[in-house]
Amino acid sequence: MNSGDTAWVLASAALVLIMTPGLAFFYGGMARRKNVLSLLMQCFFIMCLVGLQWVAFGYSLAFGPDINGLIGSLDWAGLVGVGAKPFDAYSKTIPHLAFMIFQCMFAVITPALIVGAFAERIRFSAFAVFILLWATFVYDPIAHWVWADGGWLKKMGALDFAGGIVVHVSSGVSALVMCLLIGRRIGYSNTSFAPHNLPFTVLGAALLWFGWFGFNAGSALAADGLAANAFVTTNTAAAAAGLAWAFMEWLKNGASTVLGVVSGIVAGLVAITPACGFVSPLASIPIGLAAGVICFYAVAELKPRLGYDDALDVFGVHCAGGTWGTIATGIFASRLINEAGADGLLFGNPNQLLVQAVCFAVCIVYAVAMTWMLYKLVDAVIGMRVGVREETIGLDLTQHNEAAYTVLE
Amino acid sequence: MKYIVAIIQPDKVDEVKRALEEANVQLMTVSNVLGRGRQKGITEVYRGAKEMQDMLKKVKIEIAVNEDFVEPAITALMKGARTGEIGDGKIFVLDLHEVVRIRTGERDGNAIG
Repeated sequence: MNSGDTAWVLASAALVLIMTPGLAFFYGGMARRKNVLSLLMQCFFIMCLVGLQWVAFGYSLAFGPDINGLIGSLDWAGLVGVGAKPFDAYSKTIPHLAFMIFQCMFAVITPALIVGAFAERIRFSAFAVFILLWATFVYDPIAHWVWADGGWLKKMGALDFAGGIVVHVSSGVSALVMCLLIGRRIGYSNTSFAPHNLPFTVLGAALLWFGWFGFNAGSALAADGLAANAFVTTNTAAAAAGLAWAFMEWLKNGASTVLGVVSGIVAGLVAITPACGFVSPLASIPIGLAAGVICFYAVAELKPRLGYDDALDVFGVHCAGGTWGTIATGIFASRLINEAGADGLLFGNPNQLLVQAVCFAVCIVYAVAMTWMLYKLVDAVIGMRVGVREETIGLDLTQHNEAAYTVLE
Repeated sequence: MKYIVAIIQPDKVDEVKRALEEANVQLMTVSNVLGRGRQKGITEVYRGAKEMQDMLKKVKIEIAVNEDFVEPAITALMKGARTGEIGDGKIFVLDLHEVVRIRTGERDGNAIG
C-alpha cells in the first residue's frame, strides 16, 4: 500500500466525477432553451443510476473474477470481497475500493456521452431503462474484455490506457446507432438549432479538461512518472487540437469560433485518452493536431453530407477522436515511456497496429449490434421518442414539468 | 396600411420568416411571449409545489404593411406557421394610422418599407 498512490487515485476519481456535470453543461449549452434541463437531468440521473448499478453488480461484471475472458462473475456483486486491501492484479499499492470507485466514474460518464445524440427528442422513462441496459450489456462486457484481469482483448495485447475504445469508441458508435434509429428532430432541414447558451458549453469544456487529468493521469493508478507523462500528453494534445480546429474554421469560414476551440479541445482529449500513458509528450502534438482536423471534418463535413441528426456531435467527436487515438496508440506507443505497454509502428512493431485495429473492430461490431437490439427492445415496450407535441413544446416542460428560464419575471 | 400581429409556435419562426421573404415582406419585429389559448399550458412543479403557470411559450411577430401586401403577408404567415395541430396560434389585423421613419422623417407609405 502506498498513501501517495491512494490519495492520487481517490482525488482522480473525484476529478472524473466532475466531468459528468461538465458534460451536462457542455451539452446543455448547445441545446435549445426548451431542452436544457432535460440534458442536465439525463447526465445527473446517470450519475445516480450507474453509481448504484456499479456497486450492485456492474463492477463485478466488468472487473470481477473472469469467466472465459468474456465477462466477470457476480462474485463481487454488492462489493462482497472488495475492501481496503489491494487487489494485486489491478494495483498493488491502492485499496481495491479506491480502484473500484475510480472505475465507477468511467462507467458513469460513458453512457452519459451518448445523451448528446438523441438529445431533444427522447422519452425520459425510455431513456432511463435504455441507459441501465446499455451500461450493463455494452459497457460492462467491453470494459471486461479490454481492462479486466483475464479479459480476452487485454490478453491479446490491446492497448487502451484510459478508455479510447472502452469509453469513447463504444459510446460514440452507439450514439450514431441511436440517432439513426430515433430519427431526426422535427424541423431538421428548415429550422435553426443554434446553441442557446454557449457560455455554458465553454464552462462545461473547462470542467471536462480539468477532470480529464484525473481520467488520464489517474489511470496510471499511481502517483508516479507515468502519471506525469499522461498528465503532460493530455494537456499537450488538448492544446494542439484546439488550435487545429480553430485553424480549420479560419481556413473554411474566415473566423475561428469559441465553440470550435472547445470542440477541438475535447476532440484532442478524446484522442489522447488511449495513448496518454504509452506515448511521449512530443508524440501527443501530432495526435492532437490530427484529432482537431479529423473531428472537424467528421462534424462539419461528414454529418451534413450523410444527413444523420447526431444533435450534439457525439459520433463526430468521440467515435472519430477515439478511433484516431486508438490507431495513433498503435503508431506512437513506446516501451521507453511505459514498460508494461508495447512498441508501436514507429518503434518497429507494426503488429501493434493490427492488434489495435482488431480490438477496435470487435468493440464497434459488438456495440452496434447490442445498441440496435436494446433500442428495439425499449422502443417496443415503452416507446423511445416523445410525441410531436411534446417535442415541439420541449422536453423540460413535457418530461420534467420544469422550465429553465422564465419569460415573465 | 395595416398592422399585422401574429402569435405563432416558437419553432415556426424560421419557416415563417422564409415564407414572408418569398412574399417580399422583409420587415418584422419578433418577440418572445407567453400565452394560452383553449388548450391551456402545462403545470410546472418545483420541489413538490405546483406552479399554475398554465402558459406556453409563443413568439409574436409584428408587421406593418401597405394594403397590397396584407393578403400576401397573411398567406405567408399561414403557410409558415400552420401544422394543423392545436396551438398553431392566431393572426390579428389592425388598422394602422401613421408611420414615421425616424432617420428621415418620411411618413406613411414611403416610410413603411
